[in-house]
Amino acid sequence: MYVAVKGGEKAIENAHRLVAEERRGDLSIAELSVAQIKAQMTLAVDRVMSEGSLYDQDLAALAIKQARGDLIEAIFLLRAYRTTLARFATSQPIRTTDMKVRRRISATYKDLPGGQVLGPTFDYSHRLLNFTLMADGEAPIAEQSPAESETFPRVTSLLNTEGLIEQERSDDNSDVADLTREPLDFPAGRDVRLQNLARGDEGFLLAMGYSTQRGYGNSHPFAGEIRMGEVEVEIIPEELGFAISIGDITVCECEMVNQFVGSATESPKFTRGYGLTFGEGERKSMSMALVDRALRARELGEAVQGPAQDEEFVLYHSDNVEASGFVQHLKLPHYVDFQGELEMVRNLRAEQEQQKAAGE
Amino acid sequence: MTDTIEGYNFAYLDEQTKRMIRRAILKAVAIPGFQVPFGSREMPLPYGWGTGGIQVTAGVIGQDDILKVIDQGADDTTNAVSIRRFFSRTTGVKTTERTTEATLIQTRHRIPERALADGQIIIYQVPIPEPLRWLEPSEIETRKMHALQEYGLMHVKLYEDIARFGRIATSYNYPVLVNDRYLMAPSPIPKFDNPKMDNMPALQLFGAGREKRIYAIPPYTKVKSLDFDDHPFEVQRWDGCCGLCGATGSYLDEVILDDQGERMFVCSDTDYCEDRHAEGHVGPLGQAAE
Repeated sequence: MYVAVKGGEKAIENAHRLVAEERRGDLSIAELSVAQIKAQMTLAVDRVMSEGSLYDQDLAALAIKQARGDLIEAIFLLRAYRTTLARFATSQPIRTTDMKVRRRISATYKDLPGGQVLGPTFDYSHRLLNFTLMADGEAPIAEQSPAESETFPRVTSLLNTEGLIEQERSDDNSDVADLTREPLDFPAGRDVRLQNLARGDEGFLLAMGYSTQRGYGNSHPFAGEIRMGEVEVEIIPEELGFAISIGDITVCECEMVNQFVGSATESPKFTRGYGLTFGEGERKSMSMALVDRALRARELGEAVQGPAQDEEFVLYHSDNVEASGFVQHLKLPHYVDFQGELEMVRNLRAEQEQQKAAGE
Repeated sequence: MTDTIEGYNFAYLDEQTKRMIRRAILKAVAIPGFQVPFGSREMPLPYGWGTGGIQVTAGVIGQDDILKVIDQGADDTTNAVSIRRFFSRTTGVKTTERTTEATLIQTRHRIPERALADGQIIIYQVPIPEPLRWLEPSEIETRKMHALQEYGLMHVKLYEDIARFGRIATSYNYPVLVNDRYLMAPSPIPKFDNPKMDNMPALQLFGAGREKRIYAIPPYTKVKSLDFDDHPFEVQRWDGCCGLCGATGSYLDEVILDDQGERMFVCSDTDYCEDRHAEGHVGPLGQAAE
């Protein structure tokens, strides 16, 4: 005997309890602390901060713990918290030229002022499982020599002195758009595009960037420079009228140098693609730079041929919180619409049967 | 309600955000059927779960409102429960399952069977606000088409349906023309509900959170489902009636009873079904009210 289903509220509460229990797992194993995640899962924390658009290692670590290690869920938690925060200031542009560099490499020059600084990278490690980590082996202490130089001039500014690369307009003081406050509008300015990419899903940008290397909108990239380290964040409080530092953040910046053959009015030169993430998000920073450059196709008069060059396609589909929600909403009940489709398909079939019968 | 949560503003959103939403709503009411872009916020519920509807509700809800939330016509579906709970925790307003009692009704995929009255507001959750999206993926292009009232593409689509299937093969989210001007997606309600939108005494608001659009139909506005003279618009009909209350004029859900394909039909609008039941109507598979 069918009765209308009741009890949704109880079921939801029970599901919440169950997920909390699953998160904790085996009680005979010590609980993971937020401090441990913050200190030892740093790249996960970095990703959650970047795509969650909130630089707070403690909250990102908490979100990772609460989400049972599901980083997209953690990003969502951080975003939902972020929207409730009051905005009391806008920072001055960070100066990555003054970065306290921990890693800096260029693929376009063998050596350059400041030198190549490999820093903490997986790049040349052999990907062999290290079983001593399983046996709780102590990590070695890495000896670090002081940096060869305090200053690291940018590769793009070295190219700039020769006029080989497009000029970046540093005198542009117009307001920067914020797509967490204003809806996306097309054509989108580069500020909006970069913000969108900075918040965008690493996997999506990786695939989009990769597609440009495989012929869907080739832009002949070189990793001009990748730098990672700490930069100072400054704000100008209204009551003071001058800039004060509110702390340091770690960022990873990538400047791609791309070919541009020139046009009737412009001589051949290199163009730029830019990527920046919180923390050590190098893979994302590089992907972002590739996609940023690809999205400049219209501005540079290039044919838009690949999906990575199509700004509506990229900007509308890059956000993993939006994508994850909409894909997963398919598990919400749709039986009213499905009933409509059932009725229609049954009718269409009945009509076809009738026609067949009449034809015989 | 005693279990309202501390530390959040009434209805979760801050007053500045609510003001921004109300402005978008006012513009939407002034241009019936036109999609107004708005600065949709990230909500603590996932996109696709009704973030647009929730923001619109948060924008208009007041202390004295009585809120009803339905999903698939039912008050007890998990997502409706979750959203109702969100508002009772963040506002403490009274909630109801009775259509006639509610001042605000947030809905996903249905319009209640009982005609809505003057003074009520119905808020639809909208996944894709652009009725032309499946015909033209580019937002730049579809905005242009709306500006020029260039809706030929949609008519061609409907015509192709007729050529191929002998009928218009759209059973839900059936496109409507509002106030003889804007083509509008009614959200994925079954076309059965489309006629209720026409000249409705209640205010109809639509919120699409992920797509960042709000649109509206003011009370007593003409809403026409697209059709052709020789293929007039028609709604779904069932041979049977509701198994519980015997209703024949309501939208029915199909419930599978066993693995032999045995099935019954019940009203999708649970409040309507219970009301009828209380009035003494009994369907072939129901039991009389006590």
